[in-house]
Amino acid sequence: MSPQAPPVLSVRNLETWYGPVSAIKGVNIDLHEGRIVTVLGANGAGKSTLLNTIAGVINPFKGSVEFRGRPIQGLDADVVALDGLVLVPEGRQVFPFLTVRENLMMGSFARATPEGLEDDLARIYGWFPQLKGREQQHGGLLSGGEQQMLAIGRALMARPSVLLLDEPSLGLSPLLTREIFAIVRRINAELRTSILVVEQNAAIALATADDGYIMELGRIVAAGTCAELMVKDDVKEFYLGGAGGAPRADGRKQRWKRRKTWR
Amino acid sequence: MTTVIQLTINGMAIGAIYALVALGLVLTYKATEVLNFIHGDLLMASSFIGWGLIVVLKWPFWLAVLATVAIAMVFSWVLDARVMRLIVGQPQFAGVMLTIGIAFTLRGLVSMSFGPESRNYPTPWTNQKTQLGGVVIADLSLVIVATALLVTLALFWFLRRTTLGVAIQAASQNQLAAFLSGIRVKRLTSLVWALTGGIAALCGLLLAPTALVDISLWFVMIKALAAVVLGGFGSIPGAILGGLLLGVIEQFAGVYLPDGYKDAVAYLVLIGVLVLWPRGLLGDAHGRRV
Repeated sequence: MSPQAPPVLSVRNLETWYGPVSAIKGVNIDLHEGRIVTVLGANGAGKSTLLNTIAGVINPFKGSVEFRGRPIQGLDADVVALDGLVLVPEGRQVFPFLTVRENLMMGSFARATPEGLEDDLARIYGWFPQLKGREQQHGGLLSGGEQQMLAIGRALMARPSVLLLDEPSLGLSPLLTREIFAIVRRINAELRTSILVVEQNAAIALATADDGYIMELGRIVAAGTCAELMVKDDVKEFYLGGAGGAPRADGRKQRWKRRKTWR
Repeated sequence: MTTVIQLTINGMAIGAIYALVALGLVLTYKATEVLNFIHGDLLMASSFIGWGLIVVLKWPFWLAVLATVAIAMVFSWVLDARVMRLIVGQPQFAGVMLTIGIAFTLRGLVSMSFGPESRNYPTPWTNQKTQLGGVVIADLSLVIVATALLVTLALFWFLRRTTLGVAIQAASQNQLAAFLSGIRVKRLTSLVWALTGGIAALCGLLLAPTALVDISLWFVMIKALAAVVLGGFGSIPGAILGGLLLGVIEQFAGVYLPDGYKDAVAYLVLIGVLVLWPRGLLGDAHGRRV
């Protein structure tokens, strides 16, 4: 990390409720310029709520979200997107009856400048060649993987300075998941876009990202660089499915009744 | 034979009005999921405003038309931005009830400020007729069909070819994705309301000279609803086809069926379509994506 520069996105003590149900509580996250940060967690940990709160889809109960030093919590999602912080929501949210090209052009509403629009379009088609071949088809007719690519491509048309990805691997084959994460790396490397990606697939997310957070039941329970996280026993055992914990006397691993300590 | 052509053309003229009213209803419904019951009363109120400008204030006809349309557009925009926006997220029923309430309020206001009696205003086409190979057509009918055609084409061009129009489509197809793409969904919704308000005003100004400027003009909205159902709910081409068909059916029913059927036939069609063919003529075959 580069502690001298302030983070481009800084979440402080964020708390969100769905009616009487607390979804996330006391969440602190920093995303530094040009880095990839991942938030891992099981179903219902509050990962999507976190991203939706940052992007302005849900209003937080308390806490702050600072984007480039300006508080953005409580703003409408379209205003946040126009600021340059763009969320790719969970589950391939495309415009089903617009063509692939029209879908992509919708992303350009949030651009700061119309300059370089065609170049960006060409670059996105270069990253996702499948989309080029289906330029004139309706978004709803694409396969799941292609729809995910289309959603990511649409977000990139905004030239965001921060990209939020909500489970890009959801429902995709292992091969497609690798492909998507390879593109995530390239986006980060070629455009210097800072990326916050929420994932259940811990192995590929930790391999792709620079820093990681682990969320359980609406709270952050562990944080560190991905290299640090990958060697933690609890992470290994509960997220990477690897060998964690001490072997029992008979040499087999006891994989139950063990408590997570997050140390 | 001449009678048939004559009836068809008369039917098309009144059907063009139904089609335009139906178009406004479908547009709001598709963009905002609200069945806008204010539409008919805004149409009626616009004819009164038009009468006031033309007859009372002696404004030139075209200026009065422009002013009326502008008033209806601003009214609709403000209505959406200040009132309808408050119930976003409520069940669809809430929107319907709210628009019904506003519609009755508007009707009451018109009745209070203008009085109950009917009236009329002159147009450049009043009592003018065109002879077309044995068929006599009122110029007003031609103007109505031409206006309906122009408005429809302009709207199609706007929705299909302009970025703003495609963004309106996008927002109606996936509102979350539209918000996250930076599309100003709330503003676009108000824009759609303004557009439909303008269409309602045009319809009112076209319809009043064929009948009278009267409170009961809002009834045309019920006919338009029948047209929307006939064409397939949520389909813009369907609304236009349904409107035209309904106009023609009414004309024929008025001549060839016993007295009284002319006014009932729209509702008979409505019931028949709902029972036998609920999807309508051009209804979405693929259903709704949730």
